[in-house]
Amino acid sequence: MKKEPVKAKELAPVRRSNNFSEVVLGYDEAEALAEAGRCLQCKNPICTSGCPVGINIKKFINCITQKDYKSAYFTIREKNDFPSICGRVCPAEYQCRKACVLTKKNSPFASPEAINIHFLERFVGDYGMKNKLEIPLEDKNKLSKFKVAVVGSGPAGLACAGELVRAGVKVTIFESLHKTGGVLRYGIPPFRMPRDILDFEINYLKKMGAEFVPNYIVGKVKTLDELFAEGYASIFLGLGAGIPSFMGIDGENLCNIYSANEFLTRINLMSAYRFPEAHTPVNIGKHIIIIGGGNTAMDAARAALRLQNMNKIAPDTTIVYRRTEVEMPARRLEIAHAKEEGVKFEFLVKPTAFIGDDKGFVKKMRALRCELGEPDSSGRRRPVDIKGSDFEMDCDIAIIAIGLKANELLTKVTPSLKIDKYGDIVVNPETMETSAKGVFAGGDIVGGEGTVIEAMGMAKKASNSIIKYLLQQ
Amino acid sequence: MNILSKENICSAGEVKVTKLVVLAPNIARVAKCGQFVALMAREDGERIPLTIVDADVKNGTITLIFQEVGLTTRLLGKLNAGDSLYALVGPLGHATEIKNYGKVILVGGGVGIAEILPVARALKAAGNDVTTILGARTKGLLILEKELKDASGKLFITTDDGSYERKGFTTDVLRELLSESKYDLIYAVGPIPMMKKVAFTTRDFAVRTIVSLNAVMVDATGMCGCCRVTIGGKTKFSCVDGPEFDAHLVDWDELIKRNAIYTDKEKHICNLDRMI
Repeated sequence: MKKEPVKAKELAPVRRSNNFSEVVLGYDEAEALAEAGRCLQCKNPICTSGCPVGINIKKFINCITQKDYKSAYFTIREKNDFPSICGRVCPAEYQCRKACVLTKKNSPFASPEAINIHFLERFVGDYGMKNKLEIPLEDKNKLSKFKVAVVGSGPAGLACAGELVRAGVKVTIFESLHKTGGVLRYGIPPFRMPRDILDFEINYLKKMGAEFVPNYIVGKVKTLDELFAEGYASIFLGLGAGIPSFMGIDGENLCNIYSANEFLTRINLMSAYRFPEAHTPVNIGKHIIIIGGGNTAMDAARAALRLQNMNKIAPDTTIVYRRTEVEMPARRLEIAHAKEEGVKFEFLVKPTAFIGDDKGFVKKMRALRCELGEPDSSGRRRPVDIKGSDFEMDCDIAIIAIGLKANELLTKVTPSLKIDKYGDIVVNPETMETSAKGVFAGGDIVGGEGTVIEAMGMAKKASNSIIKYLLQQ
Repeated sequence: MNILSKENICSAGEVKVTKLVVLAPNIARVAKCGQFVALMAREDGERIPLTIVDADVKNGTITLIFQEVGLTTRLLGKLNAGDSLYALVGPLGHATEIKNYGKVILVGGGVGIAEILPVARALKAAGNDVTTILGARTKGLLILEKELKDASGKLFITTDDGSYERKGFTTDVLRELLSESKYDLIYAVGPIPMMKKVAFTTRDFAVRTIVSLNAVMVDATGMCGCCRVTIGGKTKFSCVDGPEFDAHLVDWDELIKRNAIYTDKEKHICNLDRMI
């Protein structure tokens, strides 16, 4: 008999839309066993080919079915130091679950029947955390004479640091903000990534010996050459993406038009949802429009809607996207959660201007309707304007979530680093080595925006190259 | 991030200007004039940008001067020698381009006077003929008069209420000087209406004018875009593209409006005295 996929428990929409508590509650043991039991244990599994860090998925799921959660945990940790994070934020439907043999052929993302690998990973990660499972350190002596500087404490930096400290290297992680975690802290809201989980994973790295230096901008305080002169044998750059993109339309600098980065940073990093107890404000209006179709747009919309509810404003938050739902790059789960919570969607709409009042605050958004034309370079059908379809929407808060460009704070002052036309660092894709000797890079500063796990995959590759590099010294 | 000394350098009525000397050897070592830091007074506080007024490499300290206006600057003013800031990062932004321009006029208004002091010193050291115009609302609010006298060839002072030196505005003196003689550069820091007036005044004389903008910031490293300003029709981020811009290209009205985004929230929070 065919077994139905086990749905992870979630907070009911009415219970979650006025707070920042975690929405997905995950599997309990019985649910994890039931879901793991659905895995076909393929002779030649293809799911792992969909995992950017190459977790042995078949093996860890098999360990679950044997109730050997400890082995399941160590199986994941062999490849991924952050199962509790990735089990929560990985777009599994585009990765391992899409590769799962249960996904129907030619489906743009995983079919519902595909094994819920991410929920199983999360179950195992949380088990390891609760039971304080510690992964044994490798032979520490071999590399303990080396110091490596990791620049940026986001997913790439954390993953690279984790690999290196486990190999016995002394690691210093430099972070420009006052708190560590990068996008996991300032970008992803607590309802998707609870802060105790993030803190646990970062503290684990500290326990293993990694040193974190916040409030430190490499490139401003010290150059890469100065770090080398201080005795760092190698440097990993996990700088992240940086500068938010805007659309370049009229009225975009009106008051209450935010980049998603600003809106989410105020809320996630600076705790503006606790204003005035936390002192950083964020404005909330009656008609909130988010522009974009990625995870950041979903996060911003769901945070905005929560703030409307918390401020007793009738929720009216709309995501405007120029293509249709299928083309949205966001995780399907986030789209579903946003809908359940009451976020509205306007597809095939292209903003053309913002209109403000005499004090400079946005009041309306002007837009055009679109239809889908021929596929573009990304393979997605290109939106084409429909002439004469102009219309206006009420809008007293707008949040632009259309992507990021490279932050050039470091690359501008480091001429030895080769960058491409987008400002991203050029690396050898096999080794993640940059044009500067002993300097490696990974994450969004290489090849533009990607996911948390893609950043971690690059960082892992880089850490292997760094270890090889150190052994040659 | 430890505060080594704190000094109340002026106060008149409700207005108070405070000077902190903070231990920050990493920043002091590389800070150049015109650059700023972002700081937090405490963990639940805001991140605010403040210009580095002085950097002492030998002692590893930087000097910050601020007017206690909002909640964050008031909280900052409550800290004393021996206390530590929660966060301090820098140096941020581009440094002032220091070279021998020839004849320059520096215009400082209010607490902005603190920001022109390092520029005056550096321009003088680079061989410029430095004239400085300082403006304050009233005599009690005039800061750093002696320091700027030492750093300038000529010093003019105006007060809005006429309680000290000349009654009127800095731009009154500026217009007279520009009418009498040719200058090569004007550099102004102060309240936005003052900088706007300076820009309009110097435009008539087609003299290059630099201003240091005080846009609202969060991360102050280019990540959020809160501090975006329109310069010559293009959007720039004050934190990474500035903070200095060509005064004649700044969209002043937009900046004035954007700096008032949180006025309502600030009123609310400043009424909550229990928080201090």
